[in-house]
Amino acid sequence: MINKILNFFKEYNARKDEEPRSGKLYAISALFNTPNEIMNAATEVADKGYRRFDTFTPYPVHRLDQAMGITKPLVGPIAFAGGMLGCFLTLLMIWWMSDADYPNIIGGKPFFSLPPAIPITFEGTVLLTGIATVIGMLVLLNKLPKINNPLNDTEFMKHVSSDKFGIVIGANDKQFSESEIRSLFESMGAHDIQNIYYRESNLTNKTPIFDSKFIATLIAVAGLTALISYFTLNVVLYDVVPFDWMRHQEKINSQSPSDFFQNKSGMRMPVEGTVARGFMPYEYKGMPDSSVKQLANPLPADSKILERGQDRYNVFCSPCHGYFGDGDGRLNEQFPKPPSLHNNKVINWTDGNLYHVLTNGQNVMPSYESQISRDDRWAIVHYIRALQRAKNAKEQDLPK
Amino acid sequence: MELTTKKLPASVGKWGMILTIVGAVMAGAAFAVDTHRAMFGYLWMYMFLISIGVGSLALVALEYLVGANWSTPFRRVSEFLSAIVVLLAVLVIPLLFGMHDLFHWTHADAVASDPILLGKEPYLNTPFFIARTGIMILIWVVFYFLFTRNSRKQDITKDPALTTQNIKYSAAFAILFILTISFAAIDWMMSLEPHWFSTMFGVYYFAGTLVAAISVAAYVSVNLNEGGYFGFKVDYEKYYSFGTLMFAFNVFWTYIAFSQYMLIWYADIPEETFWFMNRMEGTWIYFSLGLIFIHFVIPFLILLPRSAKTNPKLVTFMAMWLLYAHAYDLYWIIMPTYFKDGFVFSWNELGFLILAFGIIALVFNYMAGKFNLVPVGDPKLERGLYFHLN
Repeated sequence: MINKILNFFKEYNARKDEEPRSGKLYAISALFNTPNEIMNAATEVADKGYRRFDTFTPYPVHRLDQAMGITKPLVGPIAFAGGMLGCFLTLLMIWWMSDADYPNIIGGKPFFSLPPAIPITFEGTVLLTGIATVIGMLVLLNKLPKINNPLNDTEFMKHVSSDKFGIVIGANDKQFSESEIRSLFESMGAHDIQNIYYRESNLTNKTPIFDSKFIATLIAVAGLTALISYFTLNVVLYDVVPFDWMRHQEKINSQSPSDFFQNKSGMRMPVEGTVARGFMPYEYKGMPDSSVKQLANPLPADSKILERGQDRYNVFCSPCHGYFGDGDGRLNEQFPKPPSLHNNKVINWTDGNLYHVLTNGQNVMPSYESQISRDDRWAIVHYIRALQRAKNAKEQDLPK
Repeated sequence: MELTTKKLPASVGKWGMILTIVGAVMAGAAFAVDTHRAMFGYLWMYMFLISIGVGSLALVALEYLVGANWSTPFRRVSEFLSAIVVLLAVLVIPLLFGMHDLFHWTHADAVASDPILLGKEPYLNTPFFIARTGIMILIWVVFYFLFTRNSRKQDITKDPALTTQNIKYSAAFAILFILTISFAAIDWMMSLEPHWFSTMFGVYYFAGTLVAAISVAAYVSVNLNEGGYFGFKVDYEKYYSFGTLMFAFNVFWTYIAFSQYMLIWYADIPEETFWFMNRMEGTWIYFSLGLIFIHFVIPFLILLPRSAKTNPKLVTFMAMWLLYAHAYDLYWIIMPTYFKDGFVFSWNELGFLILAFGIIALVFNYMAGKFNLVPVGDPKLERGLYFHLN
């Protein structure tokens, strides 16, 4: 099976090799045996004034770029720019996620601060440095979409990727002259000097990336990958819980039973005398009216409070007492009729007395302590005062 | 191969002498004016000398251990500088007399009423402290003599077996170096704030010593090579190795320094955070921010391009820079215990820095006058001279 596949590729490559070459010269190549020879060759070729040449080595040879006369390689600056961009973008991303878009308090720390951001910024910097280096080298400098270089599938390329050091001078060099270059290579001790010709397909000047076969293959691979991913994730692995240690913890949730306590209940009663936040018990509970004369309204009588008082009064009080406190509410005839809030007794009451009735109840009126919060009860007291004043308005109460 | 090395110029000894005398006079005056303050300055100088001396010894061991060739022609530079460890045994004496000035935990009455110090008392007590110091210095001095004796014997006998022997010593010293340098950091600098907890402080100082040791080796080697004192001239690829290692050790230091800060910042436990809070009070905050730029940002950006690592002028400049950055770092560690409100730097402290550089120059000059500047018998020397990066 494996041999069959290997043979297929072998035959395919052999067919590729046989692809006819045109008569147009692409470059002249030469092979050397040692890194020192290629170093000297590169220096000499550069000194002779050739510009369109390149060297190939089976492993990185340091300073070959300098020997070739490339004093300022562009890859470094491109990588640095990519790194700085990564640094900046990662910081921006973390700031955006943790401070602007979805601020969460974690461990009492500020939404955005540098220390926890630095490890991720480091990763982002390294990532974009790597991507910028690869893209900068392959695309910008090596012009990646041109994938069928005439040098491919030549004996020269086979050697320089395994055991020889090669140099190539392009036919598009200004000083190009076949005989001169051949004699130059020979004088440097090169062996296997070859003319490399363009393939027929190189001359048609088509970018293989836009080849219809290539694009069709790309789409097929993408579709297949998507299909396989879909079935893997949504059908095969659908019921597999990958990680649920946080959902199922060794602890007792509210309302669940527990054998640990005697009453088999997981929840505990609060300690006797516990007071819930915002629910201070009423200190005059069940006492007669006369004892609460000193209690003053803690809220200011401003428009906001009065509006709140009106709202609550209309919800809780108006069914019996009527919208204006006349005792003519909607529950008339179904419920004992309450006295008017405008009789002398109520007008002469202190705010404390009114609050006491609201909190404690009176005669058939029940306590509203559990329905209306403390502040709202005091707001209602303010509103009742306003109703009383409206009924007996003096001239100076009129708006000017 | 026969090598004829030039004598060092007389100016090295002259300047070493001048720096030592000026530094010693200033340090003496500092002791006369304010003993308590001068004690901290002295500790600062002493830690700096440990960094250079023990760090250089570690570089020598590192070369043997990993079988590095490129640094063999320059190994004697680190060997000479590591002779400082012998001086450390003498220079430690004033510190032992000044322990009461330096360390809060030596005050018996303070320890008795302090549960944290009481808990640390089995480790932080004067007899055990002196014993540890003695053992550490003994280990350094013993290994210094083991390494250099074999190395010098090899100049004459040219026996490769001596290299093998030194590799074995190096394996032992690698472990002992990390242990002793961690204990030195914890004992001499971390225990200045005995309430503090940090599990990374030993590594922090370890990273700093490597920066200082490679920097001083780079400064001396590059300058000597440029001046032709070695009797051979190596090309720029050696400078590239120095520059790269300076860069790498410096980034390692940053990594450790930041890790220590971030872990403490994240945990936010009072017995850990106060150490950094002290360094953010008053003008110390500017000093702390300066550390980030002087010890990391600026050297990182300057040393990043390859052209910088091969430029002898820039390599020596950055080596000196990093040496000062290490002194800055040590100042930042030690001094906030004394100057709690904000940092102060005057002639009282400057004298100790001058003295430290004077001692380094004098030791190097003395050793260079006495011994061969190049390990001529080392079997790796030839390969080191014709070293190529590929």
